[in-house]
Amino acid sequence: MPDTFAKVAEIIADTSEIPVEDITPESHTIDDLGIDSLDFLDIVFAVDKEFGIKIPLEKWTQNVNDGNATTEEYFVMKNLCAKIDELIEAKA
Amino acid sequence: MIDAISEVNLDEKFLKAHSTVPDESPVFEGHFPGNPLVPGVLMIETMAQASGIMIMHTIDFAKIPLLAGVKNAKFRDFVGPGTKLDITAEFEHEGSGFAVMNAQLHVEGKRIANAQLTYTIMPFPSEKLQNMIKDQVADMKKAALAG
Repeated sequence: MPDTFAKVAEIIADTSEIPVEDITPESHTIDDLGIDSLDFLDIVFAVDKEFGIKIPLEKWTQNVNDGNATTEEYFVMKNLCAKIDELIEAKA
Repeated sequence: MIDAISEVNLDEKFLKAHSTVPDESPVFEGHFPGNPLVPGVLMIETMAQASGIMIMHTIDFAKIPLLAGVKNAKFRDFVGPGTKLDITAEFEHEGSGFAVMNAQLHVEGKRIANAQLTYTIMPFPSEKLQNMIKDQVADMKKAALAG
């Protein structure tokens, strides 16, 4: 998780011009960091490439839209990184 | 702007298409008077059409890819009326609900433009549009066979 967080924070900083020091495990990527859906595509692309995974963004979005999940479950940094770790582990 | 699609390779995930720049177009009246050149944005549009059509083939035309970003676009030479363009589009990344494509334009084997294009993949707004695009793509394939 610490490595994942550092890499994801670096990707967000590079992609969205958000200072890396402003990104914490508690940061909500949308509400706190102000990342919009188009920037998020770039971030997911970079994360997919970095970790060799495929973040199921469509499913996550559908779950939120259907009321089956909150945005915090997927888009708060510590939760996002935990999901990424799960995907990395599932791939191994 | 694409006239013909000569190859769609679903295993290697690339598409080849072709386009001939018209001899006359209102675009050339202003770009530039007496010295007609295809604007770079139209070269991007040509690459974007090819890339979008490639993406739709991989999802059986169930959804429509919408251009969401253009990166690293380079225009390496001038393109004038009557030029025959060969277009290639290939996947850089197949994401969940999005795709990143690399596209290029060649003229007589020389690369004259390239770009990385990001698409968000959405439901078709209407069945009518979905069918219209399917028909247009079928016509483009027929045009390639007809030479």
